[in-house]
Amino acid sequence: MTLQRVVIVGGGHGGFQMAASLRADGFAGEILLVSDEPGLPYQRPPLSKAFLKHGDAARLDLRPSKFFDDNTISLMPQTRVTGIDPDGKHITTGDGKTIGYDHLVLATGSRNARPPIANLDLRNVLSLRNLADASELRTRLSAARHVLVVGGGFIGMEFAAVAPGLGVNATVIEGAERLMSRAVSDTMSAHFLMSHQGWGTSVRLGQFVSELLDDGAGNVAGARLADGTDIAGDIVLIAAGVVPNSELAAEAGLAVSDGIDVDDLLCTSDPNISALGDCCNFPDPLSGRRVRLESVQAATDHARTISKRLTGKPVPYAAVPWFWSDQGDLKLQIAGLGAGADEHVAHKPEKGGLAVLSFSSGRLVSVETVDSASTHMTARKLLASGRIVSKPELAAVNYNLVDYARAV
Amino acid sequence: MPRLTFVSPDGNETTVEASTGDSVMQAALAGNVDGIVAECGGAMMCATCHVYVADDWAPKTGTPSDGERAMLDFAASEVKPTSRLSCQIAITDELDGLTVHLPDAQI
Ligand SMILES: Cc1cc2nc3c(=O)[nH]c(=O)nc-3n(C[C@H](O)[C@H](O)[C@H](O)COP(=O)(O)OP(=O)(O)OC[C@H]3O[C@@H](n4cnc5c(N)ncnc54)[C@H](O)[C@@H]3O)c2cc1C
Ligand code: FES
Repeated sequence: MTLQRVVIVGGGHGGFQMAASLRADGFAGEILLVSDEPGLPYQRPPLSKAFLKHGDAARLDLRPSKFFDDNTISLMPQTRVTGIDPDGKHITTGDGKTIGYDHLVLATGSRNARPPIANLDLRNVLSLRNLADASELRTRLSAARHVLVVGGGFIGMEFAAVAPGLGVNATVIEGAERLMSRAVSDTMSAHFLMSHQGWGTSVRLGQFVSELLDDGAGNVAGARLADGTDIAGDIVLIAAGVVPNSELAAEAGLAVSDGIDVDDLLCTSDPNISALGDCCNFPDPLSGRRVRLESVQAATDHARTISKRLTGKPVPYAAVPWFWSDQGDLKLQIAGLGAGADEHVAHKPEKGGLAVLSFSSGRLVSVETVDSASTHMTARKLLASGRIVSKPELAAVNYNLVDYARAV
Repeated sequence: MPRLTFVSPDGNETTVEASTGDSVMQAALAGNVDGIVAECGGAMMCATCHVYVADDWAPKTGTPSDGERAMLDFAASEVKPTSRLSCQIAITDELDGLTVHLPDAQI
């Protein structure tokens, strides 16, 4: 049966790519892109980086409105999807409308986690997920002197790196013993810790915030740590991880664990519904483990895989994960997944650069680099080739991936 | 406003008005030019904004940095001496009239 209408819930990176890929792959039916945010689909990564400096929202648009007209992609902004009826094949929106679909794609992303801290409702306790959050943060920063960042992950550290340039001091409070601990190796955490301290950011590792302090007028005045220490601050940025937006799927009876469960074709437990990006967990092609990733790459490559399937050319998902994070003058790039690694080797590939190669049972599974684009791109290519790159082979070339790739 | 022309592999030309300070990649997306993907939004991470600068313009657009060169090595289409990542070319008044050619593929 040919599909007449594909409805996409969520107009972020993955939702946009879904619509664009369907047209590029020749889908001629109706495409409806439903998002609860206003305006055109836009880029999220700059929100914690360049946007805080320039504040120009128009520069974030993924494509101009003409693109959506030319490709007959119907946008429904400011429309929240509140329910899915998988048997009737329709969705319900916040304003009570029902919209039928032949295929539904859930691209609802994730939202910021609310850690168990008292007084999170005080004024000037902010988070950073969408354009509205970033605009508000930017406005409030102009009157602020000291920002407390709760959480030393990518978003918290990217913000901390731009803070001095915006005239504010930042203190990062992280529960783990190192920065970005979920995603990078010890060596890389240490490298970034040193750099951030050099830029003037104060970092408190292994510390938990137990409550936020009230200035007496409902504004936040600081944070109290679990050990009783108080730290003053006039803005608190909560950057303590995200939660997948999988409730719609769960309520509709789809299989959900850490996010919506999908197979290697990004199909949910209902054959008429796919899911992609931050809101889904999928089998990692290299390790077979189920993973949920928060990256532009995963969202867009998932979309491409779904598009191929819906246009009659199904190919299992096989993309190598890659990710970047710009912090100060450091460009961190990650290829592959280091989560299952049992061995890490640090190596200096070129002047000023750093690479950490991670192995699982002696096989190369991930490469983290700072300021070494050639190592990063070589890693992506090697990991994509499916070739088993072993530790002894790399040791023989002093862990220089570029040299290794040249020789094979 | 500087005007830029993008030439697709089949010879189709699109001319857009660009703002100085933006990158050539940003001008292409804002002008709805087909053939630039720009997956990373200009972070020099994806090499999907590859263009060939027209020969007579190459001296004015400058030369790629080492990092850009390294990314270009992994572009999906053939890399030529005039290859650039369009997100790394900043538009100035001097570039009014710039012509760039688009590669066969970005991914
Ligand atoms: C500040 C910040 C910086 C980042 N930096 C980087 C980076 O440098 N590199 C990188 O690779 N990744 C980065 N990321 C992560 C990346 O942006 C995400 O992984 C990516 O956007 C995921 O795409 P998605 O389509 O799954 O979800 P999103 O892009 O989050 O889009 C989901 C959309 O769905 C909407 N939605 C949710 N529920 C509903 C509903 N019920 N009805 C209608 N609409 C709904 C949401 O409002 C949102 O607009 C960053 C993220 C943030 C927040
Ligand atoms: S837009 Fe990604 S490298 Fe230019």
